[in-house]
Amino acid sequence: MEKRVTFKGWLLPLLLVFPQLLISAVFFFYPAGQAIWQSLFIPDPFGLSSQFVGLGNFEYLFGDRYYRASFFTTALFSILVTLVSLIPALLLAVIADRLIKGATTYRTLLIWPYAVAPAIAGVLWLFMFNTRVGVVSWYLGQLGYDWNHVLNDNEAMGLVVVASAWGRISYNFLFFYAALQAVPKSVVEAAAIDGARFWRRFFSIVLPLISPTTFFLLVVNIVYAFFETFGVIHTITSGGPQQATTILVYKVFSDGFVGQDLGSSAAQSVVLLVVVGLMTVIQFKYLEKRVHY
Amino acid sequence: MDAHKALPDGMVEKRGRSLWLSHLFMIIGVVIVFFPIWLAFVASTVTQAEIVKPPMPIVPGNQFYENYSRALNAGINVPVATMLVNSLIMAIGIAVGKIIISLLSAFAIVYFRFPGRTVFFWMIFLTLMLPVEVRIVPTYEVVAGFGMLNSYSGLIFPLIASATATFLFRQFFMTIPDELAEAARVDGARPMQFFVDIVLPMSRTNIAALFVILFIYGWNQYLWPLLITTDSSMNTIVMGIKQMFPSGDDTADWPVIMATSILAMIPPVVVVVSMQKLFIRGLLDSEK
Repeated sequence: MEKRVTFKGWLLPLLLVFPQLLISAVFFFYPAGQAIWQSLFIPDPFGLSSQFVGLGNFEYLFGDRYYRASFFTTALFSILVTLVSLIPALLLAVIADRLIKGATTYRTLLIWPYAVAPAIAGVLWLFMFNTRVGVVSWYLGQLGYDWNHVLNDNEAMGLVVVASAWGRISYNFLFFYAALQAVPKSVVEAAAIDGARFWRRFFSIVLPLISPTTFFLLVVNIVYAFFETFGVIHTITSGGPQQATTILVYKVFSDGFVGQDLGSSAAQSVVLLVVVGLMTVIQFKYLEKRVHY
Repeated sequence: MDAHKALPDGMVEKRGRSLWLSHLFMIIGVVIVFFPIWLAFVASTVTQAEIVKPPMPIVPGNQFYENYSRALNAGINVPVATMLVNSLIMAIGIAVGKIIISLLSAFAIVYFRFPGRTVFFWMIFLTLMLPVEVRIVPTYEVVAGFGMLNSYSGLIFPLIASATATFLFRQFFMTIPDELAEAARVDGARPMQFFVDIVLPMSRTNIAALFVILFIYGWNQYLWPLLITTDSSMNTIVMGIKQMFPSGDDTADWPVIMATSILAMIPPVVVVVSMQKLFIRGLLDSEK
């Protein structure tokens, strides 16, 4: 896509792009380059000198049981977050789509959690499930279930998943609702005349028609689970118990800033960089038709 | 489509019991989704004693004024009012800064042919791919090197180094009819005149929609402020909440913490709900 009509000159456009170029260079390209560069070295404990180790950091990384475990944790976490945020959102959107009156009121109410920061969402859910004062954990206790996400791996994972997925339900709802509104009603009615009942119509007509939206949301939610849930995990579990909820991004932070293992942290950044790259490629490859950049 | 839906005898529409069932489901959904916020609000209006003896009440108490004024004026490490101001400056700084640099560079890449244009285009494309979370350690070192720790510029600049807004504006500028630029050129208008008189006014809605999205993005940042604001008077409210929890076995001051959570979500919620149409439009545009 190119404009037919353009202005002449080269100094002005260079001046116009300069601010963005400068900020990207200083705060993006230089640090990204540094991450790649540092990943090839092991600094000594005092940070005075460093030794070139080639791909040693990566070898060490993938030999590290905890790092491989973190990969698995991240995969599990992002699949669960995606499912827990997509399914209720789709359900709510399908119901809202059937309503003539009131749908916008529900939409207004359902948007709220999207505006809540992941870290705040973490605090809210922590409060409900707090082992000492939490309302939900107290009622669970009354039912004879002893909730303790501080000690129990699965409960910790469940809690960070739900807290992360919560705000995304709003987001996914908005997209599903918009997609459902765009499904031609004539097609659905034709199927109805042919005697297809609601769920039959839903699975064989509506769902395939909104599949581009579903796929888009799948990718976007996985990216979200990978990179934007740090706040939730930091506030609720700090990666624990042991490393049960340490996803990759959290590990970059805890190894780099808490553990001061800069070489490993840089190598982890590079691995994540590759992961993001792959996701972006997938997103663009499959969504080409929808992307208008 | 809506007219179609409203047909009294529409085949697919549900009436009567089924309609009420749909409303019931929606209400249940909304209640479940809302419950955590409601509970936080209740906790912010009762005393600590009522919270630590579970189960806590589920209707608001009478400590609203006490808890909120304690949070705003004293907080735990730093008054919440200070954190709110910091968050506001950061969020507005990010939104405005990103919009300005993106408008300028998108205008340049759409309306000019200049050396390095393609390279530049691909460079900004690359920045789309790498969230700050991935490059935290080296970015931290850069910011520390500039002496920008505990400063607003340190909070703002690294987060505007991404090109989502540039792409959005580029996409929009491509839809501006060529005739307008043609006419401006024939009239002898200089490029910046065209930019100010034609392009900017036409982009108003897009700018507003993007502002909403970026404001929330900036307000909700957590990891970055956590790293670079070691001085509690520079804390933003979203990251400051975690600092309000005591380390070790002490009981957290729940009423104040929950009042702070509510305060932390009010600005983005107000922005989203009041500018709902713009927000949804911005969201659907920017993400697809």
